[in-house]
Amino acid sequence: MKIQIKRYTTEPQAKEAVLEYEVDLENPTLLEALNEIKTKQDASLSFASGCRSSVCGSCSMRVNQKEVLACAYKVQEGDLVEPLKNVPVIRDLVVDMDKAYAFNAKAKAWQSSLSHGIELTQEDEKRNEIQSDCILCGSCYSACPVYAVNEEFLGPFSLTRIWRYVTDVREENPVDKIETVQTKGIWDCTLCNECTIVCPQGISSKSDIEKLRSKSAMEGYTDPNFSNFGGTSFGSGFGFDGSPSF
Amino acid sequence: MKSDVLVIGAGGAGLVAALHAHEAGAKVTIITKDYPTRSQTSMAQGGINAAFANVAQDSVEAHIQNTLKSAHGLADEEAVRFMCEQAPAAVEWLDSIGVPFSRTKDAKIAQRTLGGASAPRACYAQDYTGLKILHTLYDRVLACGIEILNERYLLNLLSDKDDYEKPYACGAVFLNIRTGEVEAHESSCVIMATGGYSRIYHRHTTNAKGSTGDGIAAAIRAGARLSDMEFIQFHPTALKNSSILISESARGAGGHLLNSKGERFTNELAPRDEVARAINDQIESGEEVFLDIRHLGEQFIDEELPQERKLAKLYENIDPVHDLIPIKPVAHYTMGGIEVDKNSQTRLKGLFACGECANHKVHGANRLGGNSLLELIVFGKQAGEKGAEYAKSFDKKIDSKEQTKSANNFVTGIKYFTNQIDFYQKHAFMGNIFYNNAGIKRDEMGLKAVLGAIRQIQKELPFMGPKDKSKVYNTNLVEFIEFGNMVELSEIILVCAISRNESRGAHYRSDIPRENDMAFKAHTITWKEDSVLCADFME
Repeated sequence: MKIQIKRYTTEPQAKEAVLEYEVDLENPTLLEALNEIKTKQDASLSFASGCRSSVCGSCSMRVNQKEVLACAYKVQEGDLVEPLKNVPVIRDLVVDMDKAYAFNAKAKAWQSSLSHGIELTQEDEKRNEIQSDCILCGSCYSACPVYAVNEEFLGPFSLTRIWRYVTDVREENPVDKIETVQTKGIWDCTLCNECTIVCPQGISSKSDIEKLRSKSAMEGYTDPNFSNFGGTSFGSGFGFDGSPSF
Repeated sequence: MKSDVLVIGAGGAGLVAALHAHEAGAKVTIITKDYPTRSQTSMAQGGINAAFANVAQDSVEAHIQNTLKSAHGLADEEAVRFMCEQAPAAVEWLDSIGVPFSRTKDAKIAQRTLGGASAPRACYAQDYTGLKILHTLYDRVLACGIEILNERYLLNLLSDKDDYEKPYACGAVFLNIRTGEVEAHESSCVIMATGGYSRIYHRHTTNAKGSTGDGIAAAIRAGARLSDMEFIQFHPTALKNSSILISESARGAGGHLLNSKGERFTNELAPRDEVARAINDQIESGEEVFLDIRHLGEQFIDEELPQERKLAKLYENIDPVHDLIPIKPVAHYTMGGIEVDKNSQTRLKGLFACGECANHKVHGANRLGGNSLLELIVFGKQAGEKGAEYAKSFDKKIDSKEQTKSANNFVTGIKYFTNQIDFYQKHAFMGNIFYNNAGIKRDEMGLKAVLGAIRQIQKELPFMGPKDKSKVYNTNLVEFIEFGNMVELSEIILVCAISRNESRGAHYRSDIPRENDMAFKAHTITWKEDSVLCADFME
């Protein structure tokens, strides 16, 4: 089977090219194919990987323009493999995630203080079970079109993480968390749903962002993009694009 | 660049140590060869033990006794007592920072039974326990503003000698993977939290690709001692073709082990060493072995074991709701590691260690499921606090210049190795011979043959080396240095396994299938003197 891999190097000078490789494996995952190429054909091929069981989030990349985990994707004849978007490429399929991960800190995606003796019911725990499945693979970040125009957008995974803490009964100050994501945050999302489509863990950052909007409205915050229209709060129940929120 | 406490490794143990050192007032830097959330800890599924008795009767004493029994006389009872007594507080601390544990109907942390436990004791978050603990710890580290430097590979520890010629650790030298430059990071104290060495078994392990024992190898080179390196745990149920872990909680919930005839052949909830051997016996007699969880039902599987179902579908093309899961035992956890005292301090002054790379002597010859996450919370805290305390009174000189230069020469030098022999091939070979001869069952002849092969590989290292000579993000180079570390540790494992002429826990000698307390109820200790490996047994 033949696959195409986009290569990029800075040595001796910056250069990119799409190279074709022949892989002779039966029904391999993309990660198995990449390992085969690296260990048998071309030791210079660079990519990140870790657990090979879809929990460490290392091997996210794009195949035919769509974000996948290499360890969870079965290679097809003629696939084009590229690095994630919206992040600096260091080499080949390896990207620098530092700036992307830094949005977690900017969004203050953590519980604001240690809780003591607060009991959680099964219902409380289920409320953010899926959001806490996030493996920080960055697929959503790569798929997000907002970064084309707004490099400082807090972004899908950070906002999902905010929802995860806002909905936790152990969080004593959820309103502060909401406050932090008003600028460069929830209102900058276009609700295009690309993040949902690519998430390997089945998380929908789009719907988490809608829920944060709804919660913000309940706390009296308004969409700054609409502030010229008199700053009316639309209340909860509907997103500003008219789509229902939860 | 200088910090009070340098934490090497950013898995659960490293992050916990960093948080507690920070809380004790130290200036902390965390350095990892990856990113924190990509660590091995993310793969832990089953749970973390604490005798809360939330769902059935249990006691701290029962936890202690189960742990000691599974350790086959090689655990330090005082350390085990300390860990088990601290366990409820450790889980409460995780709860207080926001770890989303699964809950019972009456709003308590849910618990389930793992092998070798007399009660449902493992607190869990579906089968994502490690993932959720690791990510919550990471969020906490960000909240505290602790510095994290990603993608820097540990080459060597920095050490110096005081006025009495006594050596002390004072930082470490790293290869910045992104730039290809060698960087020294000076510090008053170093906490090693770099994980285990199961990757020696190549494809016969559940572990992520980074479990190459870098920190353990660096520690013995710098003058620390290692202990019990021959004790390597084989997890009974990994997927047959891919070695991907199927959590013990599948058996805890009532899953059965079946052979090709459809017969059960062992107590599924015995400790891992016993179950792994029973499966191995079946496989050696020509049977295939399967895990059967069909009778647990789709709803239960989706609720409690969602990850397992996904992985079995992807890698074995079967659905555990309807099909048997083909399995085999593979290397999973390394009990041995850097020897530490009851303050997590190693033999090298100023070097502390915690997590899988350390040997706190709480697992002995065989670790219980649910005790490794517990260990890294309890002893990560200890290492962080003791490290910070030590750093406060540190008043010695640090001069990293010469050692940085020699690390630089090392990195430059190996790029000129001749490349006549392919190290990837040698690693695969090493994995196979280790799995077959230094694995679930060993005997003297097989072990000596592997030792011969490893000594040959040592001689051949200069004829290997990276094919890729570039500086920026050279994973070929990093993987070669990782291979070098694994070869170094392989020799130690084999020397220890050959000297231990008995069977105990995970070290099963088919030529001597009995425990011999008179001669061997002791720890195998190894160290280097002028680069020469020395070994001895010590109580």
